[in-house]
Amino acid sequence: MSTASSGGVSDQFPAGLRVLVVDDDPTCLVILEKMLRICLYEVTKCNRAEIALSLLRENRNGYDIVISDVHMPDMDGFKLLELIGLEMDLPVIMMSADDGKNVVMKGVTHGACDYLIKPIRIEALKNIWQHVVRKRKNEWKDLEQSGSVEEGGDRQQKQSEDADYSSSANEGSWKNSKRRKDEEEEVDERDDTSTLKKPRVVWSVELHQQFVAAVNQLGIDKKHAMDIRRTILGEVRLSGVSQHQSGMGNSFISTQEATYGSLSSLNGLDLQTLAAASQIPAQSLATLQAAGLGRSTAKPRMPMPIVDQRNLFSFENPKLRFGEGQQQHLNNGKQINLLHGIPTTMEPKQLANMHHSAQSLGSMNMQLNAHGDQSGSLLMQMSQQQSRGQILNEATSSQVPRLPSSIGQPIVNNALASGVLARNGLAESGRGTGFNPVSQSSSTMNFPLNTTAELTATSFALGSAPGVPSLTSKGVFPEEINSEIKGPGGFIMPSYDIFSDLQHHRSHDWELQNAGMTFNGSQQTNSLQSNVDVASSVLAHQGFSSSQSNGQGRNISAVGKPMFSAGDATEHVNAQSHGQPLNNFFAENLVRVKTERVPDASLQTTLFNEQFGQEDLMSALLKQQQQQQAGIGPAENEFDFDGYSLDNIPV
Amino acid sequence: MDRKQLQYQVACMRKSLFDQGYLDEQFNQLEDLQDEANPNFVEEVVTLFYSDSSRFIHNIEQAMINKPNIDYGKLDDYMHQFKGSSSSFGAKKVKKECSQFRECCSAGNIEGCIKTFRQLKARACHFEEEAGNILSAGKTSWNR
Repeated sequence: MSTASSGGVSDQFPAGLRVLVVDDDPTCLVILEKMLRICLYEVTKCNRAEIALSLLRENRNGYDIVISDVHMPDMDGFKLLELIGLEMDLPVIMMSADDGKNVVMKGVTHGACDYLIKPIRIEALKNIWQHVVRKRKNEWKDLEQSGSVEEGGDRQQKQSEDADYSSSANEGSWKNSKRRKDEEEEVDERDDTSTLKKPRVVWSVELHQQFVAAVNQLGIDKKHAMDIRRTILGEVRLSGVSQHQSGMGNSFISTQEATYGSLSSLNGLDLQTLAAASQIPAQSLATLQAAGLGRSTAKPRMPMPIVDQRNLFSFENPKLRFGEGQQQHLNNGKQINLLHGIPTTMEPKQLANMHHSAQSLGSMNMQLNAHGDQSGSLLMQMSQQQSRGQILNEATSSQVPRLPSSIGQPIVNNALASGVLARNGLAESGRGTGFNPVSQSSSTMNFPLNTTAELTATSFALGSAPGVPSLTSKGVFPEEINSEIKGPGGFIMPSYDIFSDLQHHRSHDWELQNAGMTFNGSQQTNSLQSNVDVASSVLAHQGFSSSQSNGQGRNISAVGKPMFSAGDATEHVNAQSHGQPLNNFFAENLVRVKTERVPDASLQTTLFNEQFGQEDLMSALLKQQQQQQAGIGPAENEFDFDGYSLDNIPV
Repeated sequence: MDRKQLQYQVACMRKSLFDQGYLDEQFNQLEDLQDEANPNFVEEVVTLFYSDSSRFIHNIEQAMINKPNIDYGKLDDYMHQFKGSSSSFGAKKVKKECSQFRECCSAGNIEGCIKTFRQLKARACHFEEEAGNILSAGKTSWNR
């Protein structure tokens, strides 16, 4: 692994990027070819989609990116796009003289990573390597997570230590990436052996038939069926990758297997994306980007941006025939989209495809977008679990076979399961915290939190969400979800569970924003993030002592001041309404926090509730985890605390 | 004509193409693409575009002959391709007329189609002629 990452990327990148150009128009083809060559890419051109497809099939790892015309006589460019997405999962750029919104939208929804309007200018082509990096990075992220928790922690630390890591998050330099790369090498060597490989899933004929049957039964239209399938296939592919991750190619980014090494170094190229993908929660990214776009960084309420995003993309909804619930998910996906940058609207889908985690399988319903974020973060969690406990792993994988046949109902269950899994992942991260300096796992933790938020959105069943004005749209969620949630376990209070998630969300957002603004000082950042850490660890440990909860309250209060004004009332209410089962914790929390900031405290409290819900649901899983953690727990607690108090001071 | 004169002539013709609005800045970019690796790049592209547009014009004519049952979809496809190629080339006027033609197509306005096509054809022919002149003028490589 280490050899690959050291030799993975040449300094000349992106020179040598292998591009396949498909266009039936000879003039365009010649011009494009010349332009690409001037960009120092390695160009293969062909004038027929069928030829392109056979080229790709012959040499699956022979190309990094495909640029295809939309209108071609033998095969529609969208068809080609779909097949490529399905079979090789390469980034595809569509191009056409047609700049109609509908056509562009079609390209984007079919999975194109970019859409160029003819005439194509060389400036646009100079940048296409970013799609390759982005795609690889997403794959790599999964691998990284399956590597080990500590590894992730190290990297996060690096990030937060870099003082020049500015709010725009895109000022990554080669130097940065190199440093990180070195670190990874060490870490990889250390943790290599402990990595548990994800069981490989093969998309067999039977699976396919079951899948088709299920899809037919559900009446999902074809496009989505394709998407779902792609997601699953992605999963299959990914698992393949993780199994082979030690076999590295020597050309940069040349094969999927080589991805790991190359990406680790490539990473620095595209810090912004990286941040989006692994470190900075999507939400924060949104903030950052919003700032970049001219919105004031100080924008007080994150929820608003979220709403905006939804609106932005809502026009796509009509196309999707899923139930309302699914639409919601899509919305989520869109959100993510935005986060990743408007130009690459494709991202969410790709994310979903790429991340193909057991999760995405699990929550197939939301299919693509739902996971945009989730898959990202959840997946990460998943892989962490892998490294730690097989139990979880198995749980996940066992879902896989069952999915095709039962897509309809279990959807929610699965989603829930994934949620739980995610939390488990959190727990683990928490552990990481315990062992490592707090700052290390800080960003890691951020991510999980975000995940939670995402989950919320997903399982937001309750119209009862009173305090969530910005998320009103979620209230639409069908009630079935509720009932389903109850089904799997003794899930008594789904509503507040969700709620707490929301709360998380907010606090999270806030922190992010803060981070964006104050990112200069690494210490500050750390402290902020560490707060998050604690929260997550608490989550994981469930029944932990009240002192811990206090710690949370404090942290948060220290962090969040103006932001919460809106959500505070709501949160508060929530906490109280739901806090009954957890009286003792709750009470303590409130009291302590009061000195500082009551609403914030309540936020944390909700966390607890959530845990319980989860436990009910997946008591078996959690117990396992608890047992594991029992030994480590105390130490962790202390540690977290220390980290907090220390960090809080600067803030 | 000695070489210098020839180059001057070529430059004048080129300039007039721009001045008349036949060419736009995309064509400039094509010229920029020419380098040691492809010293005749512009010439190649001009030739390609020349044959491309002849083909398109022929195809479109054929499709329009079938008068009562004109396949607008097909016409639109052709025009779309033509537009793609002319825009990539930087043939500004041709591209504009392609767009007009497509609008007529989608409106089912055959008269408009025919009218636009006539303009377009004349335009393309004129352009090809000029470009051809330039190229054949001395078989020199295209110079600014």
